[in-house]
Amino acid sequence: MNLDLAPHYVAFRNECRQWLTDNHPGRIASMDTAVGFEEHRAWEKFLFDAGWSVPAWPSVYGGRDCDLIEWLIYEEEYWLSGVPGRVSANGVSLLAPTIFNFATQEQQDFFLPRMASGEHIWAQGWSEPEAGSDLAGIKTKAILDGDDFILNGQKTWCSRGAFADWIFCIVRTDPEAERHQGLTYLLVPAETPGMERRPIGRLDGEPGFAELFFDDARVSAKHVLGGVGQGWAVAMAAAGSERGLSLRSPGRFMAAAERLRALAADVTDLDPRLRDEVVDAWIKAQAYRWNTYQMAADLMEGAEIGPEASEGKVFWSELDLELHATALRLMGPMGEVADAGNDWLDGYVFALSGPIYAGTNEIQRNIVAERVLGLPRR
Amino acid sequence: MKFSFTDEQDMFRDTVRELFADRCPPEAVRQSWDNDEGRVPGLWAALAEMGVLAVLAPEAAGGLGMNEVDLVRILEEAGYAGVPEPLVEHVAVAVPALAEAGHAALEAAITGDSTITLNLAGEVFVGAAADAVVHRNGNTLQLVTEWKADDATSIDQSRRLSVLTDITAADPLDGADPDLAFDRAALGTAAQCVGVARRLLEATVEYVAERHQFGKPVGSYQAVKHHLANVKIALDFAVPLVYRAAWSVAHDDDPFARGRNVSMAKAQASEAVDLAARQALQCHGAIGYTFEYDLQLWLKRAWTLAAAHGDVRFHRDRVAVAIGV
Repeated sequence: MNLDLAPHYVAFRNECRQWLTDNHPGRIASMDTAVGFEEHRAWEKFLFDAGWSVPAWPSVYGGRDCDLIEWLIYEEEYWLSGVPGRVSANGVSLLAPTIFNFATQEQQDFFLPRMASGEHIWAQGWSEPEAGSDLAGIKTKAILDGDDFILNGQKTWCSRGAFADWIFCIVRTDPEAERHQGLTYLLVPAETPGMERRPIGRLDGEPGFAELFFDDARVSAKHVLGGVGQGWAVAMAAAGSERGLSLRSPGRFMAAAERLRALAADVTDLDPRLRDEVVDAWIKAQAYRWNTYQMAADLMEGAEIGPEASEGKVFWSELDLELHATALRLMGPMGEVADAGNDWLDGYVFALSGPIYAGTNEIQRNIVAERVLGLPRR
Repeated sequence: MKFSFTDEQDMFRDTVRELFADRCPPEAVRQSWDNDEGRVPGLWAALAEMGVLAVLAPEAAGGLGMNEVDLVRILEEAGYAGVPEPLVEHVAVAVPALAEAGHAALEAAITGDSTITLNLAGEVFVGAAADAVVHRNGNTLQLVTEWKADDATSIDQSRRLSVLTDITAADPLDGADPDLAFDRAALGTAAQCVGVARRLLEATVEYVAERHQFGKPVGSYQAVKHHLANVKIALDFAVPLVYRAAWSVAHDDDPFARGRNVSMAKAQASEAVDLAARQALQCHGAIGYTFEYDLQLWLKRAWTLAAAHGDVRFHRDRVAVAIGV
C-alpha cells in the first residue's frame, strides 16, 4: 500500500488544474435545452482540441493514454473546477467501452474520433415502455432486408435523446427468440428516415430525454456492434461500466461535497443536526473515493468489474441525493427558488433520477444479494 | 498510489484468521465468560508466538517493526472471531506507546508475559485482569501498575469492565502521545467493527439461505435481500476508510489529517456494524434473540464496539471541526 501520489501524478494534477483554471468558459446554458446542447458541444470540441476530452483513451483517438489513477485525478480536478458538465457522457462512459471491446477496426476508426470531438453526441436507446428494469423484455423489432435492418417499435427515456446525433440501441433481431436471446446492439443515426423522436419534459420541464418511434426505419447492418444476436452480452458489458467506475467517478461527488462543506461553513449558528448531515455526506464522498481507489488498484492488477459494481451504483446515487437534499435544507426558504443560478436545486432534480436510471436501486440490491452475497434467486 | 495489500500482508492475515478459527471458536469465547480472568486459555501465548503482539514494536526492541497497515486486518480478524481479549488496547495502543516512551514494560508485553489495557476516556475500561493500564492523564500518558477499581458487568460478557477508583503506582510515559494513542484505539476499534460486521453478515446470509418459510428460503424474499444488500454496501464503503486511516496513522505527520481520517473510518465502521447487527437480528428472527444461539456474541460486540473510543456522533463532530463546518 502506498497512498502518496508519485511526483508524476502530482505534476499531472497540477497540469489539469492549471488548464481548467486558464480555460474555464464560465456559465453556459443547460445541456437539456437546444441552445445549451450546442454550447456544450462546442465545449467538447474545445476540450478535444486541447487533448482533454477523453484523456483515458489512446492518443490515436484523441486521448492521452492516461492510466486509471490519472483518469481519477483528472475527474477530481474537472469537477472541482466547476467547468460545464459533459454532454458527451453517454457516449464516452457507456458506449465507448463497448466499442473498444466489441467494434470492428473500421467502426472504431469511424466512431471514436467523432465521439471524442463532440461531432457525434450519443443517446442511449435501451428502455422501452414495457422494458425498463426488465431489459430482456425488449420488443423493438429489427428485421434484415438486404444490407439494412428495418426497425419497428418504440424506445423511451433516452437521455440526451432530444438533440443527440446517434443512438445506441438494443433491438430484437430474432422475433421468435425470447428474453435474452435474439437481441442485437445496433447504432442508429438520429436522422434515420422513419424514426421520429419526441422530447419528454423532465421534472423541471427541460427536454432531458426523449421517446423514439420506429416505423419501418432503415438502418445499415454495418452498424451492428459485436454481432447479430449478441446484444445481451454486449449490453451487459456496458451495464458494468454504467454502474461502475466510468459513469460516476468520485470526482463529481467530492466536488459536490466540497461545495456543501463551503455552504455549511458560511452558515452562522448551524443547526447541529444539519451539521451532522453535512459531515455524514462529506464522509460518504470520501468513502466513495477510497472505495474507487481500491477498485482501481484491483483493476490495474488485472481484475474485472463484477456484480459489486451494483453496490457502487446504489451508493453514489443515494449519496448524490443526500448531498443535494442537505444543501437545500441548508438554504432554507431559498432552496425552492428556481431562477437561474440555483445549482443545488438543478442538481437535486437530476440526483432524483439517479436511483432510477441505469437499473433501479431495487434491481441493484437484488444483484448484490444474489450475485455478490449468493442468496437464492427464488 | 496503490491502495492494496501485499501478498505477505495477505498471508499474515490468513495465518491469524486460522489461529483464531482454531483457538478462539464460539465455544472458547463462551468459556472465557466463566473463568476468573475472562481469557481464552493459551490464545495470548499463541498470539505472542506468532508475533501478533509485537507488530508495532521496533525490531531493535525485539518487535516486528511493522505498522498499522500490517496490523489493521489482524484486528479485523479479531472482530470476525469475536476475540474477548483486550487485543486492540494491548497491541494497537499500549505496545507502541511503551516503545515510544522507551519503557521497560515493553519486553513482557511483546513476549506475552503481560497484558496491558487502556483507559483514555474516563474511569470505565476493559480488561479487568490486565497487569497494567495505559492511562491518560491530561496531556500525558502514564503506565498505571497498581490501582484500585470496582468490577462492572457489561452486556457483552467478552468485556470485563473496571471502574477506576484510585491509582496507587504509575510511571510517566514521556514521549508517548495521548492523541496518537486515541487515534490508534479508534482505528483498531474501527477495524474490529468491520470484522464483526462481516461475521454478522456471513452468519445471516448462511441462515436465511437455509431457513424456509412458506415453502422457500427466507433469503429468497426481496425484503430480506435488500436488508442484507444494504449491510454489504455499508460494509464495503466503510472498509476502505478504515484501511486509508491505517495508512494515515502509519505515515501522516500531520496529526490533524490523521485525526480526520481516523474519525471518518470510525464513524462509518460504527454505522456499518450497527446496521449489520440490527439486520442480522431481524433476519434471524426469534432464534437470534436467544442467549444460547451464538449470534449474540457478535451482536453484543457490535453494540459495544460501535460506541467504544467514540461513537458515530463523536467522530462526525471531530470531522466537522477538521473540515471547518
